[in-house]
Amino acid sequence: MEFLTQMLGADVARMVVGLIAIIALVSVNALFLIWMERKVAAHMQLRPGPMEVGWHGAVQTVADAVKLMGKELITPTDVDRPVYHLAPIVIFLPVLLSFLVIPFSQTLIIRDMNVGVLLILAFASLTVLAILMAGWASNNKYSVLGAIRSVAQTVAYEIPLLITLMSPILMVGSFSLADIVAAQERYWFVLTQPLAFILYIVCATAETNRAPFDLPEAESELVAGFHTEYSGMKFGLFFLAEYTNMFIVSALATIFFLGGWRGPFLPGIFWFLIKVYAIIFLLMWFRWTFPRVRFDQLITFAWKILIPLAFANLLITALIMKLR
Amino acid sequence: MQTLFYILAGTALVAGALVVFQTHPLRSALWLIVNFFAVAGIYLLASAEFIAAIQIIVYAGAIMVLFLFVIMLLNLRQPEEPMPMSALGSRILAVTLAVTTGFLVMFGLKQAVIIPARTGPPGLGNTESVARLLFTDYLLPFEVTSVLLLVAIVGAVILSKSRLK
Amino acid sequence: MAVPLECYLGLSVALFTLGAIGVLIRRNILIILMCIEMMLNAVNLAFIGFADTFKAVDGQMFVFFVMTVAAAEVAVGLALVVAVFRNRATVSVDDLNLMKW
Repeated sequence: MEFLTQMLGADVARMVVGLIAIIALVSVNALFLIWMERKVAAHMQLRPGPMEVGWHGAVQTVADAVKLMGKELITPTDVDRPVYHLAPIVIFLPVLLSFLVIPFSQTLIIRDMNVGVLLILAFASLTVLAILMAGWASNNKYSVLGAIRSVAQTVAYEIPLLITLMSPILMVGSFSLADIVAAQERYWFVLTQPLAFILYIVCATAETNRAPFDLPEAESELVAGFHTEYSGMKFGLFFLAEYTNMFIVSALATIFFLGGWRGPFLPGIFWFLIKVYAIIFLLMWFRWTFPRVRFDQLITFAWKILIPLAFANLLITALIMKLR
Repeated sequence: MQTLFYILAGTALVAGALVVFQTHPLRSALWLIVNFFAVAGIYLLASAEFIAAIQIIVYAGAIMVLFLFVIMLLNLRQPEEPMPMSALGSRILAVTLAVTTGFLVMFGLKQAVIIPARTGPPGLGNTESVARLLFTDYLLPFEVTSVLLLVAIVGAVILSKSRLK
Repeated sequence: MAVPLECYLGLSVALFTLGAIGVLIRRNILIILMCIEMMLNAVNLAFIGFADTFKAVDGQMFVFFVMTVAAAEVAVGLALVVAVFRNRATVSVDDLNLMKW
């Protein structure tokens, strides 16, 4: 109860302002990331990418978004209507709420909670529900296949992700993200937990359904997977959620392993964003470096390599903490 | 605080009723998720935020996803056919039985004098106090749950293997 | 301001009864399993109510253990459902009335 009065009482204004700022950040971030993705992809393949609209195509995505909003919303005849309409909202809402606990700088945090990490992980686990709803409601074999793959993948990769994050949490002794950043005053955790960092990046790539783990939406075999039947802004919401998810997993990586907003000279928020976009660049780099894995390889990799490694890492961390 | 509780309780009850009376398994599962969220909200009101977070991760994020996965895997698109008239009597009997039991429990609870086994200082429910108790007084049950989970994993793997050699 | 214990217990009993009705009248084995989950959840609610009223964390411990049992039950239960479906192509408990076939 105190928890809730704490949350609702003094700083309702802070929450409202924060939510507005978040919505702005989410849209600008998605616009920027789509442009960045196209540019990174283009330059990796030695072509210029979008160049026409704005400086080096910088407002190309805005033009695309306007086009997307103007499109007719097509609802196929045999879909499961309420579920079909609900899925884009269900995928977007938890992503938005995750921002509540992320510390952008020392003071720029909407609500520091002592279950912050758990909250983000709880909301992250809801994405798969929306994917299932979308895939099922579309009544299309590609959508169902994409959704089934997505569930098997997310469930498999969520376990090593959780266990991996437990190692830095064990070193800090708190679930609060602000505490985790505060504990990295002397050195970043990527130095003491290099294996955990690598495992986290691999699992995060899989959790966001990005190449080389993009089997749920593998365009060459499943058209577009679970969002095949969506058009217009409903499709746009899936896209928005996907790019915002990328931002959140990268923000978590920054907070857990790269010292969050810590850095010399510049104010905290700049360092935070620089680190986040560096990790996002890494994820985009993966996409054009590694070929897509086969589905059985994907599952075997999670259960037989990542989970044992994550457990070993946790065990060693616990031993060191105990002996120290 | 009270009104918030009543809103959440109402949501939980309506969603629970819809779980029971929907014909389609997928719809039932989705309403059950709503029910779990309402209950998680009540846990927050009761200053059990750790349990609320676990409730969402375990129930909404894992258990219900498994349910939906199985529904999709078995491709249960048709709703359950309406019940035959011959079974109507037994069904009415079942509902009466369940409701009567509920009322009996409620009546018993009204009569009961509840004495707490122990009371703690207020302001508990954060992660630290849960962890402290879990690794001191409840250490043995905690260890036993790991065996339980192992048994469940082995059981599930054996059951889902199509043929044992 | 705190929610009285009676409210928690009343909601808990109501949810438990709903779950029991579901288990008794539904024939789809998946929905029966879901209703069992709802009953377990109702019990958790009562524990949390007691924990809140008496300011003791012990109630939350029991919720933790009940959740573990629920997770284990679902894993085995759904594996059974899939195994049965593979053999009989049905999820209706009315069709599963033989001890062997």
